[in-house]
Amino acid sequence: MSMILGVPAAVLFGQLLLGIINGAFYALLSLGLAVIFGLLKIINFAHGAMYMLGAMVTVIMFDAMGINYWVALVLAPLVVGCFGVLLEYFLLRRITGQDHIYSLLLTFGVALMIQGILTNIFGVSGMRYSMPEIFQGGFKLDFMFLPYYRAWVIFMALLVCFGTWFMIEKTKLGSYLRAGTEDAQLMQGFGINVPLLISLTYGFGVMIAAFAGVLAAPIYSVNPVMGSNILIVVFAVVVIGGMGSIAGAIITGLLMGVIEGFTKVFYPEFSSAVIFLVMVVVLLIRPSGLFGKEA
Amino acid sequence: MDHPVNQTNIQQAMLDQQKSDQRRKHILNLVLLALLLIAPAVIYPVFLMKILCFALFAVAFNLLLGFTGLLSFGHAAFLATGSYTTGYLLSNYSGLTTEMGIIVGTAAATVLGVLFALVAIRRQGIYFAMITLALAQLVYFMFVQAPFTGGEDGMHGVPRGHLFGFIDLENNLAMYYFVLAVFLGGYLLVQRVVGSPFGQVLKAIKQNEPRAVSLGYNVNQYKVLAFVMSAGLAGLAGSVKTVVFQLASLNDAHWHMSGEVILMTLLGGTGTLLGPVVGATFVVNLEYQLSQGPLGDWVDPILGAIFVLTVIAFRSGIVGEIQKFVRKNMG
Repeated sequence: MSMILGVPAAVLFGQLLLGIINGAFYALLSLGLAVIFGLLKIINFAHGAMYMLGAMVTVIMFDAMGINYWVALVLAPLVVGCFGVLLEYFLLRRITGQDHIYSLLLTFGVALMIQGILTNIFGVSGMRYSMPEIFQGGFKLDFMFLPYYRAWVIFMALLVCFGTWFMIEKTKLGSYLRAGTEDAQLMQGFGINVPLLISLTYGFGVMIAAFAGVLAAPIYSVNPVMGSNILIVVFAVVVIGGMGSIAGAIITGLLMGVIEGFTKVFYPEFSSAVIFLVMVVVLLIRPSGLFGKEA
Repeated sequence: MDHPVNQTNIQQAMLDQQKSDQRRKHILNLVLLALLLIAPAVIYPVFLMKILCFALFAVAFNLLLGFTGLLSFGHAAFLATGSYTTGYLLSNYSGLTTEMGIIVGTAAATVLGVLFALVAIRRQGIYFAMITLALAQLVYFMFVQAPFTGGEDGMHGVPRGHLFGFIDLENNLAMYYFVLAVFLGGYLLVQRVVGSPFGQVLKAIKQNEPRAVSLGYNVNQYKVLAFVMSAGLAGLAGSVKTVVFQLASLNDAHWHMSGEVILMTLLGGTGTLLGPVVGATFVVNLEYQLSQGPLGDWVDPILGAIFVLTVIAFRSGIVGEIQKFVRKNMG
């Protein structure tokens, strides 16, 4: 078997693949955070909980009503997205104009509630969700084995990332969003319903997180606390990339996943810490982040 | 013509207001102190000590959030560093007196505070919160891996030892009065700092950072100092807590703990001296009461709900609301 840097090539590529998969999830989650931050100027601390809800809803819908993966892929994000819109309408809206710290704390409280309630109902042990038949097996490449589902995750994540980027940068609705980011008051003056736009934006950001949750359901352990640890990593990713651009969030997410994957090969004990260390280094060298615009 | 007269009247009224505020505060503080001194006769001392430790933790945290306007989401790291360092020293060096263990624990947390501050200070607002959270998670992973922390099991059976070499802290009453002294020391230090010219600059930074910069203050230096002080005091709280409960565990380092201290401070009243103490008392009591009843598993959702309610309905917190009420109704 061929070796690279003293490591079997299959192991190296295997970890690289896992890294890219993790990176895809980081990218999806930080993308949602960036979309919400753009217009609402808040960090959604409930983002991890929304990701978890996406996965939980998928499993629950299957167990209770036999709703399959393909329907869940659309339905679960919609359900969670509607929940997000309600959350914005009834809670977040009440503190607009206050210090942004408060919205962070509010969403943190919401996350604690969602996570706590679900933990009481379902427990913290993982729930099983079996992969659809069609994804059994995988591509046999020269240097590694690529399971179909992993390929699917990467493909879908990239599709959603690109779709979101396209919508925000190239469409009319996206131009409203970008205008709102610059000056919401002026846009209101032009007769655009800004409060509605804000609700929908929050709902959309949350939908992306829930979508990531559905993608995660067949490969990760689905449980009520699955969102909290990944969220902290995503925060670090966001700090590294800077909130400045959608593309930046995507690239940084993938990159960090790959770095984490490589660390697992060469120094496994260190792998859960490496992204945080990258964050420290980036902050010392370039405080505004790799793609950040603000000082 | 009567304009200047009016002016002096208003000034006089303000002075009177300040004086009566001051007098009320003094009386209140004396009453509270008296209560704390006789409390162990009525309430189980270990429970009181738990409240005092968390109250000190929250007071330390409030120096940052309430008086400097910086939201740290990583204060668990300092609590845990104080906790583990003291626990390790007292468990492994039997010749060490308790106060030395606590001092070194506090120093370790202070050093960590310097490191955190130098990195996190580069960003403001919510970024600051995210960075401190991420750094604290890094510290958490280090404690999970480090051989001396006992990993998931934690560190058990830390001896309380002898204070100054001759006061046996196995005695709960002796322990209580020592914890009370430490708490009062920390509280008075924060009170002193907040009231000093240094504290005034911190408040200026909180209210309007660009203006403080334009007035020529080296804002970052002030923020770093406040952060380090807050980290040190949080470490002190952790060190003392370890001595009281004779254990140090990963719970202290978890982000959940960072969230809890925010809740204590917010609920009690940010930017008030007494607020964090009231908040800590409330939260520790609530957790205890819930754990005794059928709602034992519902602590997290209830804390979350309190978080949401506090942010939406009364951001001034318990003490802040009382202050408003008193000012309005009692002149």
